[in-house]
Amino acid sequence: MYNKGKIITGIVIFVLFFASPFLYGLVKSGPPPEPELSPKAKEAKLCVEAKEYMVESHMQMLNEWRDEAIRNGKRIYVATNGKEYTVSLQNTCMECHNNKSKFCDQCHNYAGVSPYCWECHIEPKEK
Amino acid sequence: MGIWVSFFAVIALVLIPLVGAQGAGQYLFGIVIPYVAVLIFIIGFIYRVVQWGKTPVPFKIPTTGGQMKSLPWIKSNPLDNPSSTGGVIGRMALEVFAFRSLFRNTRVELREGPKVSYGSNKWLWVAALAFHYAFLVVFIKHFRLFMEPVPGFVTLLDSVDGFMEIGLPRLMMSSIVLLLAAIYLLLRRLAVPQLRYISLAADYFPLFLIIALAGSGILMKYFLRVDLTSVKELVVGLFSFRPTIPEGIGAIFYIHLFLLSVLIAYFPFSKLMHAGGVFMSPTRNMPNDNRAKRHINPWNYPVKVHTYDEYEDDFREKMKEVGLPVEKE
Amino acid sequence: MAKVAPPEELSRVDYTPPKKGWIDKPAELKEGRWCYGSKPKDHEVVGLPNPRAWSPGDEDWKLPDNWQEIFLDGLRERLDKFRTFRIFMDICVRCGACSDKCHFFIGSGDPKNMPVLRAELLRSIYRGEFTTAGKILGKVAGGRKLTYDVFKELFYYFFQCTECRRCSLFCPYGIDTAEITIIGRELLNLLGCNIDWIMGPVANCYRTGNHLGIQPHAYHSMLEFFCEEIEEITGILPEPSFNRKGAEILFITPSGDVFADPGTFTAMGYLMLFHYLEGMGLDITWSTYASEGGNFGFFTSHEMMKRLNSKMYAEAKRLGVKWILGGECGHMWRVCNQYMDTMNGPADFLEVPKSPLTGTVFENAQSHKMVHICEFTADLIKHGKLNLDPSRNDPYKVTFHDSCNTSRGMGFFEEPRYILNNICNDFHDMPINTIREQTFCCGSGSGLNTDEIMDLRMRGALPRANALQHVHDKHGVNLMSCICAIDRATLQALVDYWIPEVEVSGIHELLGNALILEGEKKRTMNLRGEEFPWVEEEEEEAAEEAALEVNLEAAEAEAEEVAAEAAEEAVEETAEETVEEAAEEEAEVEK
Repeated sequence: MYNKGKIITGIVIFVLFFASPFLYGLVKSGPPPEPELSPKAKEAKLCVEAKEYMVESHMQMLNEWRDEAIRNGKRIYVATNGKEYTVSLQNTCMECHNNKSKFCDQCHNYAGVSPYCWECHIEPKEK
Repeated sequence: MGIWVSFFAVIALVLIPLVGAQGAGQYLFGIVIPYVAVLIFIIGFIYRVVQWGKTPVPFKIPTTGGQMKSLPWIKSNPLDNPSSTGGVIGRMALEVFAFRSLFRNTRVELREGPKVSYGSNKWLWVAALAFHYAFLVVFIKHFRLFMEPVPGFVTLLDSVDGFMEIGLPRLMMSSIVLLLAAIYLLLRRLAVPQLRYISLAADYFPLFLIIALAGSGILMKYFLRVDLTSVKELVVGLFSFRPTIPEGIGAIFYIHLFLLSVLIAYFPFSKLMHAGGVFMSPTRNMPNDNRAKRHINPWNYPVKVHTYDEYEDDFREKMKEVGLPVEKE
Repeated sequence: MAKVAPPEELSRVDYTPPKKGWIDKPAELKEGRWCYGSKPKDHEVVGLPNPRAWSPGDEDWKLPDNWQEIFLDGLRERLDKFRTFRIFMDICVRCGACSDKCHFFIGSGDPKNMPVLRAELLRSIYRGEFTTAGKILGKVAGGRKLTYDVFKELFYYFFQCTECRRCSLFCPYGIDTAEITIIGRELLNLLGCNIDWIMGPVANCYRTGNHLGIQPHAYHSMLEFFCEEIEEITGILPEPSFNRKGAEILFITPSGDVFADPGTFTAMGYLMLFHYLEGMGLDITWSTYASEGGNFGFFTSHEMMKRLNSKMYAEAKRLGVKWILGGECGHMWRVCNQYMDTMNGPADFLEVPKSPLTGTVFENAQSHKMVHICEFTADLIKHGKLNLDPSRNDPYKVTFHDSCNTSRGMGFFEEPRYILNNICNDFHDMPINTIREQTFCCGSGSGLNTDEIMDLRMRGALPRANALQHVHDKHGVNLMSCICAIDRATLQALVDYWIPEVEVSGIHELLGNALILEGEKKRTMNLRGEEFPWVEEEEEEAAEEAALEVNLEAAEAEAEEVAAEAAEEAVEETAEETVEEAAEEEAEVEK
């Protein structure tokens, strides 16, 4: 006795499960996001820190900023290059990056990340 | 000995991409090896299952773990001793999703007296469940990097997994549980003398590999950090057969990807195949209905027997003496 | 017989595994743990390979020159024939859940008696000789080469497994060491390495129809002797029939119950039950050809199991019976339940079993057409067909030992307990971790019930004995009943060694005690010929009365009051007798 039918069914399920990302990729695979810099940001050329650092670790920095500002009342951030910034998501970050959907959401949606910044902060009105 | 072989093997597996995944090496570790590994995994897995499947099941020999179905007024246990297909499905579901047999586990102690006592011993069951489910959750959550746009169930799973909202990026329960469970399974092998005695390199290797895999993932996500957008671009490229190597992805990513590639390529040739085997184990996946439904053995062959006639020829006179009926006078 | 240390010494078990890994050095064979080698004459009867005089203690086992080739070819062949075997070779993760489930490990502390390691002994050869990784990496991949010492080690440990399947119950993948042992023994048999205690019965069974080599006339006289015993105890002489064509039912039971105490008392129980039912329409015959329920072929190879088992259906066909009734036996029922119909069926010349007494159709046996006597008896009791006096078993406080094979190869738990609860008044189960599906082996199953390994057997018996000790201390249990002929033989050795105050019986022995036969005389003893404790009391009372009467005559005047009392008692007693008689009459009317 071989249970051929059941084994083949099992193999099909196995293959479908592991091949699903490939099948999905063949049907639809959106292009990588292109976050749009606002004119103001473009003009500034430099963010608070270097671009690479900001791309990889901005969440970490925002987390520290929040803790420092709310818990320790420290509202000045001294960047690596000595420049001082006000610790504020809305007044510093969003001042330049003033379009959430064209900037923040681009990568966040792509990577399936849902940050909880906006549970407290109000996103700036899009112009 | 086995433990050191495995340990250094995994160390080497970490170092190889650390050195190799640079420049053109990124194409090897980012594209070639992952494709080859996936091919080996899928084809190897199917090959093993087909190999098992081509081997017949000559006898129906379920291990019965409860009262059989007999007289109508006797209560039977359809899950531990199924007599129907429905019962078998139930038994297999319990086995696969809840590790039913492992749940039975006890620990024997021989005390003075002598007194043999049986203690409840559910730790292995707990750790095994935690390990497997955490692995499943972690794996499914990786689909957010496999698929664009991200399917809804992945986002949902993500928000459940990170509900504690510790840190940023949010700490995911599944990754911690996976790592801790794997470490427990490793320590247990080392701490129990009997287990240490039976453990082979093939037992330590997957554990070290998975610990390294989970460790590199956690390191990448919470400490070293890489540009997730580029990572996803690479991964989606692989899955949509338009492979690219975006600039500037950290080495930790290539380590993580290489460890995964090794794991899945190793899978079909190792004990990890228990994942497929558990479905095909004849002591679990058959109903205990031999007496009601005849099971066919495809290689059943005639054997030499001692027939009644031969028997009577041997003993006819003696049989007649005590009045036993005989065929031939 | 090897000398066995006293229980206090034997039960000090050292569980520390050796420093050196098992894969590096095969075990040395210790005397008292290996069974005597099979005899050439027995090989010749059934045509098994390599007949020669040899002993596992010898340096040279006189194997053929190409023994490795034979073994490995056999291994390859079985990997292709048994999905069980192939999967069990491939998927063990060595989680250790089985490690302390084996009675031999609990009793001996020998790590190679952990089910996982017993299987690894063969698995390492599979890896070392057949898998690429094992061939290249050797020990690192857990592979071994098949050397002479490794071969001896396989023999040593596959004859230290009783195929009880307790490990299989706890394994998350259902890996069944019994299956591995069965196939391991098959491979050993390819080279003529079996044990005397298995090959002797196999050869006997092949020729005479039963393990003990009882020839037909002797089988007949032994059962006649039991009938005479029954007559002595009950005043009724059962008259069983043998090899009778046209009977409705063929009865097959292990020959051990015809041969040795305490199994014989169970055989007497069967005879009494059948006699009782014959008046009500039971038409049953015994067979001298199919005079063995057990099957030591099962402990040799699948093929030998089939060769010996074939007699059951063959005899049923020759006699033209409608169905088969099977006696109390463990591995017989594993074979009959899980192998017989597949190997020697289809039994299309038989009918779906139907109890002629109750009309119950045994749907669960509709294909293989064989009913377990406990199912049969439980059904009779349920329908009120048996007139029982459980108080005759009052001297016994009873427990029940679930046999491995009926437990984990069938799931047969409630029927025997139902019967017990109807035939005795004082029943206590042993602790839950040691009964039903978790039951422990007697320590001597699968052909290991031989004297030269008594040390090993008593070690393997430790968990069972200890559970029995528990109910003995707690409830005063003095009888362990069971439904297995090997158990009846081996548990006796177990209790003699561990708890001498306890006796062993089959269930139908107790049924024979309780069963009220029509027209029987007042029973004064059980089937063992032991007088009921109350008989002496009753006799004493009667004697006292007689004495009192004498006194009465001699000294009427002084003993007026005493006399009055005695008279009263006499009246009461007569009254009781009348009541009993009336009850009996009533019972008869009911019938």
